[in-house]
Amino acid sequence: MTQVAKPGGGSLDGPILLISTVFIGLLFAVGAAMSDDPLFQLQAYIFVAAAVIGGFSLNAAMSGGLLNNDASKYMDGVVRAGVIATMFWGAVGMLVGVVVASQLTWPDIFYFSDFGWLNFGRLRPLHTSAVVFAFGGNALICTSFYVVQRTCRARLFGGVLPWFVFWGYQLFIVLAAVGYLAGITQGKEYAEPEWIVDLWLTVVWVGYLFTFLGTIWKRKEPHIYVANWFYLAMIVTVALLHIVNNLAVPVGLLNHSSVPLFGGVQSALTQWWYGHNAVGFFLTAGFLAIMYYFVPKRIGRPIYSYRLSIVHFWALIFIYIWAGPHHLHYTALPQWAQTLGMTFSIMLWMPSWGGMINGLMTLSGAWDKLRTDPVVRMMVVAIAFYGMSTFEGPVMSIRAVNALSHYTDWTIGHVHSGALGWVGFISFGAIYCLVPWLWKKDRLYSNNLVEWHFWIATTGIVLYICAMWVSGIMEGLMWREYTPQGFLAWSFIETVSAKHVENIIRTVGGLMFLSGTLVMIYNLWRTVRLPSVETSDALSAPLPAAA
Amino acid sequence: MTYETAASFAQQGGLIYFGLIFLAGCAYAFWPKNRDEFSRAAQLPLEEDDQ
Repeated sequence: MTQVAKPGGGSLDGPILLISTVFIGLLFAVGAAMSDDPLFQLQAYIFVAAAVIGGFSLNAAMSGGLLNNDASKYMDGVVRAGVIATMFWGAVGMLVGVVVASQLTWPDIFYFSDFGWLNFGRLRPLHTSAVVFAFGGNALICTSFYVVQRTCRARLFGGVLPWFVFWGYQLFIVLAAVGYLAGITQGKEYAEPEWIVDLWLTVVWVGYLFTFLGTIWKRKEPHIYVANWFYLAMIVTVALLHIVNNLAVPVGLLNHSSVPLFGGVQSALTQWWYGHNAVGFFLTAGFLAIMYYFVPKRIGRPIYSYRLSIVHFWALIFIYIWAGPHHLHYTALPQWAQTLGMTFSIMLWMPSWGGMINGLMTLSGAWDKLRTDPVVRMMVVAIAFYGMSTFEGPVMSIRAVNALSHYTDWTIGHVHSGALGWVGFISFGAIYCLVPWLWKKDRLYSNNLVEWHFWIATTGIVLYICAMWVSGIMEGLMWREYTPQGFLAWSFIETVSAKHVENIIRTVGGLMFLSGTLVMIYNLWRTVRLPSVETSDALSAPLPAAA
Repeated sequence: MTYETAASFAQQGGLIYFGLIFLAGCAYAFWPKNRDEFSRAAQLPLEEDDQ
């Protein structure tokens, strides 16, 4: 039964995408020829290469009939591709993390004085963007595409649009990553890519918003499940943050660099409004959506309190958006604005812990699964880390605490308890669930390997964050220590040497976390190779006759 | 308009605005008529049989 649905209004069909791809390829080929800026040319060549590869693949997919839009089935191919991309970029991003941790521990390692590409300053944004946007972003895109179809009982909206979103996002990652290595940056944390790449991400992200909203629009289920609210808040807010924080005037249309629209403290405030909400919406709201779908699904029990999830949602999104100024204590930002950021950060305890309780209590009556199902254990530990890092964050936002913690390794440890513990583990849990579902297997290849992954990675996180607590508080105290004559007691390099041992422990912790991920990739690969079981990928409720 | 009036309007207006939004959110979540809809919605992830 193949009903090839006509693409409806707003959806993207193959030929149009092919024409646009060819057009973009030609545009950048001409741009590269006309420009005298080697970094612009580098980006243009990547666009041209992507257009050539994308154009031929798209043409092959169309002539092979792979793009038929069978409206009676879920669109799972793009979710499978997303799972692969998530694990690939996860391994890359974590590997780069181990490399930069080694560079901090042994400064001469991987350092080549006449080859700038591997300098710490270039690899560091590669690490943060690869784990946050490439690993985390792909996890969000693929799980949201899965969840929105199931909870709306509708195929993804937009014809080939979801595929454009997927491949367009991978192109954004490659452009950003190669750009960092070559030295392109606008110097804004987590928003390093320059204007051309920012514009490209805007196009892709708007496509993502259309896909998601369109699917909700044509849903067969009257209620919009709470996970979709969290995903949608993430998509809308990230679009807003990305556009406002990247308002800039290009130096020239054939030049890679730009001048930001805001300057001074306005720029700083905009940047940390963006930066903290990248945490609050990208790394929190989006992954809470994963929690609200995959935890109940895996355990086989509904969420502890659906009403609490609604209060959680509205309180979280309305409070998070104001917390950014706590990054700017003791700066030129007006003191009341700093206090506002701090106060809203403290208020975040309530929705954060409400959400944590909601996730954990879903297990009530099924706590034995913690012992028997390592995937459930992974997700529960993720929720525990969510509770822990959302407790620690508000404490660190208090001005007096921030005076000690800011610019130290304590912040790095805090970020990693959230990123490795919460974001990493909840994504791993979701992907351990998804792979057997998507590839039609009745089980994972090995539960023992999941156990190994769980214990190696958990030990790695604990080593990492404990080392960073010690080194962070130590260097914070050393920086503020005065001699009786009123001079600083320590030179900066002395405070760096003092944390050598902690840096070694951190590198080992990161290496363990990476090893766990590699074990997971092996386990998933063997799972995909298991014999398939017969299941249907038809929509779960029968659809009314096509309108 | 001085800086002080703008700041105090933003602060007090913000307080009232957020208070009302929070109450509206709670009212929606706890409205007795919504109880059945929410308990059905909570079952949504568990209802599919296509795995």
